[in-house]
Amino acid sequence: MTMATDHPVIAVRDITKVYGEGDTEVRALRGISLDIFPGGYVAIMGASGSGKSTLMHILGCLDVPSSGRYLLDGMDVSRLDDFALSVVRNRKIGFVFQSFNLIPRTSAFANVELPMVYANVSKEERQERALAALVKVGLGHRGDALPNQLSGGQQQRVAIARAIATNPAMILADEPTGALDSVSTGEVLELFEGLNEEGRTVIMITHEPDVAARARRLIRLRDGLVVEDTTHRAVVAGFGAERSAVR
Amino acid sequence: MNLSSVRIALRGIVANKLRSFLTTLGIGIGVGSVIVLVAVGSGSAVASRKSLEALGSNLLTVRTGGFGFGARGGTQSATYSITDSDVTALENKQNAPDVAEVVPAVNVSSESIVYNGATDTPSTISGTTTNFSSVRNYPVQWGSWFTQQQYDTHANVVVLGLTDVKDLVGQNAVGSALVGQQVLIGGSSFDVIGVFKSKGTNGFQDQDSIAIMPLTTARDTFVGNNGTISGVTVQAKSAGRATAAQTEVTDVLVAQHPGSSSTDFSVLNQASALQAVSTNNRTFTVLLAAVAGISLLVGGIGVMNIMLVTVTERTREIGIRKAVGARHGHILTQFLVEATLLAGIGGVLGAVGGIALSAFVKIDNVVPVVEPYSVVLALAFAIGVGLFFGSYPANRAAKLRPIDALRYE
Repeated sequence: MTMATDHPVIAVRDITKVYGEGDTEVRALRGISLDIFPGGYVAIMGASGSGKSTLMHILGCLDVPSSGRYLLDGMDVSRLDDFALSVVRNRKIGFVFQSFNLIPRTSAFANVELPMVYANVSKEERQERALAALVKVGLGHRGDALPNQLSGGQQQRVAIARAIATNPAMILADEPTGALDSVSTGEVLELFEGLNEEGRTVIMITHEPDVAARARRLIRLRDGLVVEDTTHRAVVAGFGAERSAVR
Repeated sequence: MNLSSVRIALRGIVANKLRSFLTTLGIGIGVGSVIVLVAVGSGSAVASRKSLEALGSNLLTVRTGGFGFGARGGTQSATYSITDSDVTALENKQNAPDVAEVVPAVNVSSESIVYNGATDTPSTISGTTTNFSSVRNYPVQWGSWFTQQQYDTHANVVVLGLTDVKDLVGQNAVGSALVGQQVLIGGSSFDVIGVFKSKGTNGFQDQDSIAIMPLTTARDTFVGNNGTISGVTVQAKSAGRATAAQTEVTDVLVAQHPGSSSTDFSVLNQASALQAVSTNNRTFTVLLAAVAGISLLVGGIGVMNIMLVTVTERTREIGIRKAVGARHGHILTQFLVEATLLAGIGGVLGAVGGIALSAFVKIDNVVPVVEPYSVVLALAFAIGVGLFFGSYPANRAAKLRPIDALRYE
């Protein structure tokens, strides 16, 4: 990582998350600290129950930590209310989900436009940026298609277009290849790599080691704690060669 | 609210066409029935007003016993008959200065008119005096009205209504067809000297089914010369003097009949009857509107029901929208607009249907009159119902936590 002088996109300090009270208390996160810098490509791994989903919800501003501080792009978001969190999600975060989560019966184009509708972007600019994002994921010609007319891989690419259309500080992907075949998985991962090479921060949650291995940094969680945090640029190069071969 | 939320809401409505249609139908039936029932209420108000106005202006109707609405009724504590001397007393300007005209009448019940083998039974056969035609507003269009001389000589002459002419001669007969002809009434021969100008229906009765002859003749031929009168129509000097005339008539009649009280005679004042009728009708209309309003309310519950289903069904969609930055207000607006659009579309369809139905429906001579206020009110109420019944489901949607909503299967 060369950008130590930049302030981190994500600065997490000792956050915990506790669900329930008394006997039913579940400590999903027991104190996690992380710094992720702009242009990072990070995979977060862990078995189910390790707290990776909870961490992803907190990083994605879908939930707030029970204690600790979370600075997103320099702003403390750990104590924000629902309204402010909506705004932060809208402006700073692009989500990609395992099950694509496109709005049904709504065209690919309208799906990509949606975050900008909520951001009150003008219609002309919205359409321009939505088209650009669709072109970037290679679906510039399928804007009118409805989600159920697209393959899984195509749907996920629309979802990625939606995530990047608002030009967010980071892309947060939750098991983005979990529902895809190997060909589509390759395409999606290539897209992420391309976006990362452009300088976008990509955080990907996965339980597939070969997917995680293509990131430049791997964070492994167990029982709500970080148990491994390695940067492995070399591995990426190796997988890059393999990727060329597949292609 | 902006155009996007309307578009999103419309997409939601179109996504479930049958369900949206049925919900819309519920509201539509509510709005339509408000409009139709208010129109029927107003129509019947118009009909009963017309029937009272058709009696003539500034008129008091005198009968023995009590008055029911539209028919003779009530109870009599003693039997008093109105007689010729009562009529003479009423005509006395000393006793009743506000009375202009007195028209006595005797009713000839259930006699038929026969002409050339055809038979007709008019609703009314009466014997009366020469001032009947002008006071009761029954002008003669064909032929002539009977004269004082014919009255005095007990002439067997009769003036018919247009319906009777048609019944006796044929439906295409002109009014003058029977003038100058002879007809049999209860076996006696009568000269038809005139036919009244058509008055149509008064909402309750065909006013053209009538046969009028001199009172003297009616007594000779049918009811006998017992000196009694079936009823008296009194014309006050002006509409403003009708109430004064009413008091005078009652006083005169009580004075004429020792031992009687004012309850033994009914003097129906048209102005007050009109007022009573319109009050009755207003109550009737409000009642009808309330019944229709209940169906609108039921339609509103339908909207709420369907919106709750929709919100549950689209929980995941709500989660996605929230994840990409939809705020509480965005989601609230989306579902509120959807509910209001459903109700609004239903309201417009119901209004169109209600107005159309009012044009075709006819119940017992009551022609519905569509009141513009009822259309505006029903539409506004429908939209209000949409907003009211939509607000709970919409608020429930807006309050969903994004992580819960996203996890929802």
